[in-house]
Amino acid sequence: MSEFKIVGKAIPRHDAWAKVRGELKYADDFTLPGMLYAKVYRSKYPAAKLISVDISKAKSLKGVKAVLTARDVPRNETVTKFGQSTDVKGGFEGLYRVLAEEGKKIRFVGEPIALVAAETEEIAERACDLIEIKYELLPGVFDPEEAMKPDAYLVGEKDSNIVNEFGCLTGDIEKGFAESEVIIEDRFEIPFIDHAYLEPEAGISWLDDYGTINIRVCSQVIEHFRDVAEVLNLPHNKVRYIGTMIGGGFGGKEDITVESFIALLTLRTKKPVRLVYTREESLMAHCKKHAFIEKYKIGAKKNGKIVALEAHYIGNAGAYTYLTPWVGLYATVSATGPYKIPNVKIKTQMVLTNNVFASAFRGFGANQANIGYESIIDELARKLSMDPLEIRRINCMHTGDALSTTEQVIKTYVALPEAAEKAWAGLGEPTVSKDKNIKIGRGLAMGQMSYGRMTFLRDSSRCYVKLETDGSLIVRSGIPDLGGGQASLLSQIAANELGVPMEKVKIYNTDSMLTPLAGTTTATRQTYMSGNAALKAAREVRNRILNKAAEVLNVNPDKLDIVSEKVVVKYDESEYLPLTEAIQACNAAGIELYSEAQFNAPFTGIPDLSNIKGMTFPDFAFGAQAAEVAVDIETGQVKVLKIVSCYDVGKALNPACVEGQMEGGSIQGIGYALSEDYALQKGIPQTPSLAEYLIPTAVDSPEVKTIIIESGGGLGPYGAKGIGEPSFNNIVPAILNAIYDATGVRIRRLPATAEKIIRALKKDYFEK
Amino acid sequence: MEEYRVELTVNDGKISAAAKPEESLLKFLRRNGFTEVKCGCEKGDCGTCTVIMNGKTIKSCITLAMQANGKEILTAKGLEKTKIGQELQESFVRHGAVQCGFCTAGMLMAAKGYLDTNPEPDKAEIRKAISGNLCRCTGYKKIVEAIYDVAAENHRLEGDINV
Repeated sequence: MSEFKIVGKAIPRHDAWAKVRGELKYADDFTLPGMLYAKVYRSKYPAAKLISVDISKAKSLKGVKAVLTARDVPRNETVTKFGQSTDVKGGFEGLYRVLAEEGKKIRFVGEPIALVAAETEEIAERACDLIEIKYELLPGVFDPEEAMKPDAYLVGEKDSNIVNEFGCLTGDIEKGFAESEVIIEDRFEIPFIDHAYLEPEAGISWLDDYGTINIRVCSQVIEHFRDVAEVLNLPHNKVRYIGTMIGGGFGGKEDITVESFIALLTLRTKKPVRLVYTREESLMAHCKKHAFIEKYKIGAKKNGKIVALEAHYIGNAGAYTYLTPWVGLYATVSATGPYKIPNVKIKTQMVLTNNVFASAFRGFGANQANIGYESIIDELARKLSMDPLEIRRINCMHTGDALSTTEQVIKTYVALPEAAEKAWAGLGEPTVSKDKNIKIGRGLAMGQMSYGRMTFLRDSSRCYVKLETDGSLIVRSGIPDLGGGQASLLSQIAANELGVPMEKVKIYNTDSMLTPLAGTTTATRQTYMSGNAALKAAREVRNRILNKAAEVLNVNPDKLDIVSEKVVVKYDESEYLPLTEAIQACNAAGIELYSEAQFNAPFTGIPDLSNIKGMTFPDFAFGAQAAEVAVDIETGQVKVLKIVSCYDVGKALNPACVEGQMEGGSIQGIGYALSEDYALQKGIPQTPSLAEYLIPTAVDSPEVKTIIIESGGGLGPYGAKGIGEPSFNNIVPAILNAIYDATGVRIRRLPATAEKIIRALKKDYFEK
Repeated sequence: MEEYRVELTVNDGKISAAAKPEESLLKFLRRNGFTEVKCGCEKGDCGTCTVIMNGKTIKSCITLAMQANGKEILTAKGLEKTKIGQELQESFVRHGAVQCGFCTAGMLMAAKGYLDTNPEPDKAEIRKAISGNLCRCTGYKKIVEAIYDVAAENHRLEGDINV
């Protein structure tokens, strides 16, 4: 193995300069001659029967080139996938309906009904105004508990609104509560939230000389080329995705967004077609993070030992299934947190309603579980008059322990209670309030989050590495880069292994036909999966170089390393062969200086969903966050003063990128805790812009202190673990627990707005 | 709808093009090839379209193209020609202040506009100055540090070593 020369360093990413110079072309910065502009006509109602769609007036408008309805879609109904090349079945794949169909139900406000392509954006908009729709309005159902009742309005065509159910049973729950000396029950409500990436969805499609549909789009999943091909009823190899650098994703660009629409319009008009969502359309049309209702019951001994935990989750899936089943599974597996609890009963029900559909969001279902268990454990500590750190110390898992839900044994390092201790201590001296109305409080939370996909998805990633004759390095990977530095990391790994400086590496990425498929940039999987694929490919090339150089230098290849473009004899770097000469020697001998390698995650079967046991994820990352808040008890306003985020990342391959994830995840969590609420009134969105849907600004955000633990124990390259999603765990309950510490108010319905806090603090006044 | 000719300077280059009265400066600039000016909301909420017009930081989505007639506009692509702009670009790269980059061009313009008026701000002042520019990736810490580093250089030049 090469030493850490390039890996482990905070090297600026290859895309950073193009971004600060304004040169990088995002999805909506790209135009083609003769292109048409697309618009989507969407439902104004959350629940209705679509009686008829009349497009005759729209079609006859000058400048309109196509108006399409469901009837024009070759395969309007397929199943939702997210890049997996195996079919899981068992209710995991939901319905993907491209456009609403006459005679069937409309399920949410914003559901696409018709598509327009026109010579200008204005004409396309006017054509949409000319589309005439007849609806038969239906009552709809908006609350998931209502939707579960036997006589509830049915959102879709099936005879139940329940998408699926999951369970986990460990020990004997009744015996556990019987043995408990303290029992606490609570209920938490967590709203829908939006990804609010700065880049709205955008894409352009065109036909090439051979009739292939090309789609240039900002997507986290270029494997959707298969799904779009199914919609178009074309062979998979006739649809090509060219992924752009993405202006933020967080799971919101994991499902298909604009692609099917522009592909259909291009197929019809034979012209390039561009579609860019407005912010309002983006907020209305793309998925949300699942709203959850959580009923928790926890039982413990007086010494703080937890003996029983029961949780019942009701996940609000909104109008269509999309990735709901997977989210439910994540929540179920995560429900006990990183605690050793002998008696456990978890039940999760995911339910359709006539709200916008919910799907992937950073953290999947793990965050909602984390908010619940870290809130109720804080309550338990309070009831037992225990220190929040102490109760976590007493109950937490250690390396070699199993999750209390699935009983999957964690073989890598479990950085607990270490991370909690470090985060708690990292808050430093308590802030002293100078104002009697400003109360200061502190909160702690810890947890585990998977990195890598569910093992029964049978995940793999491929990467290609090639040494050019001039000693420059080419990396090819289908990896989508959301902004986390995913693509640059592969360059860094290849450069490290082949002793080439970063300036001499060029990565060609995110093309579904020309770069090896690396799988989705989701599930905190790219460092782990594609990092390992890049490492495997680079090491194959490296070994060939070393073997050839060993012949030339007449030494054992084990004695050689590649450092700064020289193949050197270890410990005696005066003896060396320039890398370009080693390359020449290989080329002259016909030795391949390229490799395309595939890395496979561990594969398992589909678990029994009523009682999930065994391995469901390759591994987990462990960490903790601590927060200090100031609450104004006259207004209820919360100011987050300090955040400490501590995670075991195994090995920080690029520390600046790791910090970037941890800092960004923490601040996104401030929004989740205090302000973000994608509210709907009977299915109608109440926050149609970023002036109503409030994400944290620079003044709302404290300077996050990051503490990185490097246990070296991860499954990724060089012992790395993933950090993208884990960094967004813990922060919300840490803030909620800090608010309780400051005021005695326990927020059970997120977000913790000033209004909710002041109403709780001045209960007597408000209830008069 | 009637169109009017708009003449303006963008990063030292003259532009003369027709614009509809209701067209925003953002759309006008993007239509004329300045795609570094990003469109994140078109309502003045997100700041990705921030440019500097005659020395003043503005959001181009809520400025009409016609209001820019005869004015000088600076965008991210013109930053390299200014000393502070160059320093800011270099500092953003060095600090890892760029993730997805969609806010970056606007953020740099907000930072440049602010440092032009207040060359020696503290971090709290910087946070306030960029609070009209949203970033969803970074949590702002590295952005603030990157701007502060450029400002700190100004502090040092002024002989103030207590930065």
